[in-house]
Amino acid sequence: MAELTIGKKILTKGNYAIAHAAVLAGCECYFGYPITPQSEIGEYLSVKMQEEGRAFVCAESEISAINMVMGACSTGAKAMTSSSSCAVALMQEAIACACTDELPVVLISVMRGGPGLGYIYPSQGDYNQATITGGNGDFRTIVLAPSTVQECVDLTYKAFHLAHKYRNPTILLADGLMGQMMEPVEFKPYPYEEIDNSDWALTGAKGRPARSIKSLAVDADKQCEHIKNLFAKYKKIEENETEWEEFDTEDADIILMSFGSPSRGVKSAVKELRKQGLKVGFFRPITLFPFPSKRLAELAQKVKKFVVIEINMGQMVRDVRLAVNGAAEVEQINKPVGAPIDVETIIEEVMRMS
Amino acid sequence: MAVQTFKIPESIKKDMKYSFCPGCDHGVAVRLVAEVLDELGLRENTVAPASIGCSVCLYNFLDVDMVEAPHGRALASATGIKRAHPEKFVFTYQGDGDFASIGLAESLHAALRGEKVSAICINNTTYGMTGGQMGPTSLIGQVTTTSTMGRTVENYGYPIKIAEHVALCDGTAYSARVSLDTVANIRKAKAAIKKAFEVQLKGLGFGFVEILSTCPTNWHMTPTQAHERVRNEMMKVFVPGVYKDITANNQ
Repeated sequence: MAELTIGKKILTKGNYAIAHAAVLAGCECYFGYPITPQSEIGEYLSVKMQEEGRAFVCAESEISAINMVMGACSTGAKAMTSSSSCAVALMQEAIACACTDELPVVLISVMRGGPGLGYIYPSQGDYNQATITGGNGDFRTIVLAPSTVQECVDLTYKAFHLAHKYRNPTILLADGLMGQMMEPVEFKPYPYEEIDNSDWALTGAKGRPARSIKSLAVDADKQCEHIKNLFAKYKKIEENETEWEEFDTEDADIILMSFGSPSRGVKSAVKELRKQGLKVGFFRPITLFPFPSKRLAELAQKVKKFVVIEINMGQMVRDVRLAVNGAAEVEQINKPVGAPIDVETIIEEVMRMS
Repeated sequence: MAVQTFKIPESIKKDMKYSFCPGCDHGVAVRLVAEVLDELGLRENTVAPASIGCSVCLYNFLDVDMVEAPHGRALASATGIKRAHPEKFVFTYQGDGDFASIGLAESLHAALRGEKVSAICINNTTYGMTGGQMGPTSLIGQVTTTSTMGRTVENYGYPIKIAEHVALCDGTAYSARVSLDTVANIRKAKAAIKKAFEVQLKGLGFGFVEILSTCPTNWHMTPTQAHERVRNEMMKVFVPGVYKDITANNQ
């Protein structure tokens, strides 16, 4: 039934777009616990998953939800959960575990304000939570950041694809504004090939030796080897999957950087500043891990300054500084929570900086 | 004529290296699980979460597909597996700390949802792997490394009666408590495990067995003394029996 929407343009909000895209991506199981501003995802899927004869469980907590996802993923199934900020914080142990277990977990993280309970207004305060995470040990999560409702669809597809292609937890990092905003979107068919998982998925030890997926590592040498293999995989992900959007960067003196929904205003600011004669460019990482460090390092050779605009006190800016490595100045425009910084303020600040 | 009197179950790994302490009942419990898997022909159709504590070694013993759940989350993992593949046989094997302390929410909610999975909980009144700390089932007066003066109600509250709690959940099809202190009780334990597996196979709901077990190392007892403690102290608080069986006529 979900297929009936393919090819049609409809007006919908980010949360519904993500949920519907998950159905079209072939998500077989949804496990979740409500939290604003993403509860529509679970509400929508409670109907759609059952219509499609797929699994839907209201978990008793976010901890349980992510562990249900891990259980389902251990069988090779496409499974996901969705949550927000203080509740994603509860999932950190599981995310680390799923990374070392190489389980294709998909997590939709729709950021709200923090720390602690914060509030339901939008925020980008969980850039670190998604890209660095609070889990223990050495690992990386793949993180995708949509800035339009259409991208919510396209990147949800991609999240399932990358999670299964690389057997690695993948986070779609949206924010409250993205989740609640309505825009026209088109649902194309899921564009990726299905990934063969027959060499690792747990399906019962029939005609083959039993398999175990585990994080307990009593042999330090074997654990070293396993983690080195994980990091070789992350390197491959960096080489193959890094994605970003840029324009007006070739002759730019200043590059304005942002991710997610605030980058929409930043884009307008760049266009306006260009009209006023400033050589300003635009750069938006779409994958937060892998981060487009290589491209930023190239740009840093000819650009005087990067200005990183975030709805947090400066989280992505650390990755920018690491990439630029002192080759250009890096400045910030921040506010901790709330609606994106308005275009006029950005223009004013950049004029002051230039 | 030679008669075979001892056979290692098919569901036990051929290259298994026994790692439980001498006199620990885990070995008997794992063997019973393996025998029941064999008898019901489940080995090749099983996907099971492993849990944390001494029970984590399960994948070293059982020749079935297993995924290790983080501490306490085995029944969440089991829910995920079963919902993704309702045709698979799914069971957990957990300690009392995993099942009834850190994982109490996951455990009881799986029972409340009537998940068609089976769970076995080893109750040895202590955290065994970490060296004998007080657990959710430690008895009043029990001396552990974190209740060195003995467990008092004032400081530590009461031990949890797991099988009774599970029986109270409407989604539970079977809940029983058994022990492994005598041959007769070992036979009863095996029958209970089989029943807990069968209610899943029949799609009736959540099947549960709590197994009273010894931890001679952390109790500082010989295996014989440890079984005496099971009989004389544990069984008085944790009374063996069937607490729920929706297949029984008298219920």
